Amino acid sequence: MTAPDFAISLVYIAYALAVLLTFGAILTWVERKQAAIMSDRIGANRAYVRIPFTQVKLIWLGLFHGMADGLKLLLKEDFKPLAYDKLAYALGPWLAIVPVLLVFAVVPFGGTLDPGRLFPSLAEWFGGRTYPMQIAPIDAGILIVFAFSGITIIGAMLAGWSSANKFSLLGALRAGSQLISYELVMGLTVLGIVLIFGTVNLGTIVERQSGTVLGFLPAWGIVYQPFAAVLFLIAGIAENKRIPFDLPEAESELISGYFTEYSAMKQGVFMLSEFIEIAVIGALFVTLFFGGYNLPWMNDTGFVFPGGHAVPLSHGWVVVLQLLTFLGKVFLLCSFQILVRWTLPRFRWDQLLRFAWKFLLPLAIANLVVTAVALWAQQA
Amino acid sequence: MTTPRKPHVRRQYWNEPTMGWWERSYLLEVARGLAITGGVFLRNMGKWMTGRKGALTAYYPEEIRADYAAGNRGKHILTQRPDGRPQCVACNMCATVCPAQVIEIDAAFDPDDPAHPKYPSRFEIDYSRCVFCGFCVEACPEDAIRMVKETPDLPGFDRDRMWLGKEELLNWQPHADVAKPYPVRTVAEPGRSPDA
Repeated sequence: MTAPDFAISLVYIAYALAVLLTFGAILTWVERKQAAIMSDRIGANRAYVRIPFTQVKLIWLGLFHGMADGLKLLLKEDFKPLAYDKLAYALGPWLAIVPVLLVFAVVPFGGTLDPGRLFPSLAEWFGGRTYPMQIAPIDAGILIVFAFSGITIIGAMLAGWSSANKFSLLGALRAGSQLISYELVMGLTVLGIVLIFGTVNLGTIVERQSGTVLGFLPAWGIVYQPFAAVLFLIAGIAENKRIPFDLPEAESELISGYFTEYSAMKQGVFMLSEFIEIAVIGALFVTLFFGGYNLPWMNDTGFVFPGGHAVPLSHGWVVVLQLLTFLGKVFLLCSFQILVRWTLPRFRWDQLLRFAWKFLLPLAIANLVVTAVALWAQQA
Repeated sequence: MTTPRKPHVRRQYWNEPTMGWWERSYLLEVARGLAITGGVFLRNMGKWMTGRKGALTAYYPEEIRADYAAGNRGKHILTQRPDGRPQCVACNMCATVCPAQVIEIDAAFDPDDPAHPKYPSRFEIDYSRCVFCGFCVEACPEDAIRMVKETPDLPGFDRDRMWLGKEELLNWQPHADVAKPYPVRTVAEPGRSPDA
């Protein structure tokens, strides 16, 4: 790895971390406000930041409530239960949040970057090399995603087991069985996409979604695999353990499930990982089904509309547009997940498992079989 | 001899849930629910975006609800004579009738107004104890104390700060009043005394 490669990697990592943590912070506000607006309320709007030495109070639609929450969590007492497994208790929150952040490493958040063209003064240093906007452009893309999201199960189960609390343990058991069930559904739905695009490399999958179908429809995954898209989103929300699948932390039955015994910022880390996972699931969904950073009829040089009308764009504009497109799509998906969370009531435990094994899994298998047969018929 | 008891059959007082294929398919009904909540969200968001209010709730202390009942007993006001002095003659009837004993009046002598030589130099109501019964309004012989239907700015963090005095109670600027012609004619209007 040469110096320019290293610099570019550092920039990508900084960008990804900034995006994810910002999403985690902003989504707490979005969740509050969207829930309020959906239910004809105004929402949290009291926290403010006063500019020092003036009476100017910045409220900004309650944006500072998240900041106040974070401060509160940081300053609270870190209460620990009397009998607990110290190592596993400390590892729990980290195993919940780190894999969620790592998943984003293989998600392409933009097209190809040519730093020499963006900054002509550095062109010599970069030597005309181009970089896909993706921290780890490796072939194993989707496999990495499943490997890491499998680790979050361990985080939840460790947290529940180590806190020496029966509610936590019950929550952990529920988390384990729920995540394993829905992971299976998720994997089978993604297989359809893998069959269609013929690769598990997320960068290549997004590139193959840049064209059009039938001349006008964008060639996004959701056009080829609408059923898989719905199933993937359901399984994703279940993976995230949010309502209507929040059985592991069902507060009416289990207080707050596997993180009952966590307090202060350790509990905050669980909350933050939940909100970041909303963004990560949105990013995965966008990558697999919504064409990633592609806008309809756009390629690396500009727009080409179905009528043959072309609008060329400079490389800088294309890069900015792709980054913004990806963020905008991810934000829309996050908003949709919040809409689901504030609309549906919680499942009962037996309903949850029945839904996964008797409804989603057969549908996913059927989807896979139909896709495979259709592809085989096309090739034959 | 005992007759064999019939086994108890619990009466069924509920209806079995009837679900058609539409409800049983679940996902379709979920989509309908999402459409409803999403529609409400878009409608309210559109209102906020175009500068209207997209919520049914009120910003509590800042915003006064418009739907208080006309006869609601809210915050007290002291009515004024046309020259701005209080109509109150410090007779202490409201303070006497008050069941919560929250009204405190200090009477004083005003040599400038021979028609009303007695006036309240201090008139205070303790809103931390007031029960809003309205007896003070009924007891007043001079129509000097009334109640508006709203309760603006009542809540506070400190019960010692919940005493409201003449300054707060007197600054009432009614625009229309059927009981008394407020705002009244100027004092200098010929042929009529201010109290007529």
